[in-house]
Amino acid sequence: MENQATYNYKVVRQFAIMTVVWGIVGMLVGVIIAAQMFWPELNFGPYFHFGRLRPLHTNAVIFAFGGCGLFATSYYVVQRTCNVRLISDKLAAFHFWGWQLVILLAAITLPLGYTQGKEYAELAWPIDILITVVWVCYAIVFFGTIAKRKVKHIYVANWFYGAFIIAVALLHIVNSLVLPVWGTMDSYPIYSGAVDAMVQWWYGHNAVGFFLTAGFLGMMYYFVPKQAGRPIYSYRLSVVHFWALSFTYMWAGPHHLHYTALPDWTQSLGMVFSLILLAPSWGGMINGIMTLSGAWHKLRTDPILKFLVTALSFYGMSTFEGPMMAIKSVNALSHYTDWTVGHVHSGALGWVAMITIGSIYYLIPRLFGRDQMFSVKLIEVHFWMATLGTVLYIASMWIAGVTQGLMWSALNSDGTLAYSFIEAVKASYPYYFIRFLGGVMFLSGMLLMFYNVMRTISEGKAVDAPIPAVAAHA
Amino acid sequence: MESLYLLIPLSILLAFVIGFIFWWTLRSGQMDDLEGPSWRILHDDDKSTQKTDSNEAEKQKNPD
Repeated sequence: MENQATYNYKVVRQFAIMTVVWGIVGMLVGVIIAAQMFWPELNFGPYFHFGRLRPLHTNAVIFAFGGCGLFATSYYVVQRTCNVRLISDKLAAFHFWGWQLVILLAAITLPLGYTQGKEYAELAWPIDILITVVWVCYAIVFFGTIAKRKVKHIYVANWFYGAFIIAVALLHIVNSLVLPVWGTMDSYPIYSGAVDAMVQWWYGHNAVGFFLTAGFLGMMYYFVPKQAGRPIYSYRLSVVHFWALSFTYMWAGPHHLHYTALPDWTQSLGMVFSLILLAPSWGGMINGIMTLSGAWHKLRTDPILKFLVTALSFYGMSTFEGPMMAIKSVNALSHYTDWTVGHVHSGALGWVAMITIGSIYYLIPRLFGRDQMFSVKLIEVHFWMATLGTVLYIASMWIAGVTQGLMWSALNSDGTLAYSFIEAVKASYPYYFIRFLGGVMFLSGMLLMFYNVMRTISEGKAVDAPIPAVAAHA
Repeated sequence: MESLYLLIPLSILLAFVIGFIFWWTLRSGQMDDLEGPSWRILHDDDKSTQKTDSNEAEKQKNPD
């Protein structure tokens, strides 16, 4: 294992398998809270109440499922594109076990009610410190490996992964600054009021931008060309995509605080930058999809490619929807409604989960010495379940959200509200069942994946690929 | 409002850092070839070396 002539696939294998496991756990909690919305009697006791399970769901799918997927693929990509083994197996192992500990602690503390009350940054301060330590190790391994690369050019996917690592470190530290109460899990935030809200959504939106977008774009720029067997449509455009995204993303956060106590001009600035984001996002999406030009026929037979390309389509769709929802007059309708929930899931299920699933299907056989997955047919079935589940989810939430927005703002001729709040809840009720169905379908697809992965592993054997000699050309 | 005193300087500083890294990529030749790298990853054969069932079956038939 310590042989320098092989790649470190061990940590990639560990993270890849845990991606599937945490995907199932996180999505199961999602399905449970979706069921609680339809059958409120499923809210048991304080520990399994919606309010405590919801952050568990978001943390599990973003940081456990998404995180493990990003770590597995980034370690694979950085080694393969730099032609060098990770600089430290021990630090990489610490990264893996440290991250699993973070997830475990989250799964215990969130149902117990320990929270900082910040969306996607709920975890209590001792866990925040652990996250920081683990993250620094990740950065050392990743950038250290790039530093001793055998290939002069740093492939574009690594730039996206690198931006993801640096930005998330910065966001996590600034948003998690608190004064801890020693000996307890509690803390006092150092920001307050509108300041706190702005810092939180600077964090929240950039978590979407750098955790859920930049990192997964790194995945896209490696696995789409590899699976299609075609070079990226325009490498030049991918570099432009990277720099444009890096320069503009940081400013879009205020669109989460339209019509709040945040100064008006800050809201408008956030809206303008959100609209600008459409350009690099679509540039990247078109770049990914056009990679298939000349290889479109492969889509007919290759379900892994279907996952990757459908992910790109959802990426394009949600990066169009997002800027539209950031326009203040549209936001007046959509804010606080289930439309937002639908938008998030078109990104989360359609883009993040699908690109991850496709990449993991690509990786597993290579990590376990197999030619392909145990059953390609099952991948195909999984693809259709995932797609149908996503469509059911977002379509039902669109209808519910727009209905809520219209009912909340409907006025009688004398200026009084036309509907009481509960009437809008009643109108949304059937769509909560459709959303639940969509979730069940998506989760079932993940169970198929788990079976498929386990069969592939049991037939294969863990292998660390030898590092090939660097090609003669630059 | 006060959050802007933190976030605006931080964002501007960040923009400069990103700008510096961008300048470095130009200087150090990262942008010299914007065609080759896309082919390079395809030339890297990462298919697993251990082959199919038929190979294994054959190996079992003729163990040497």
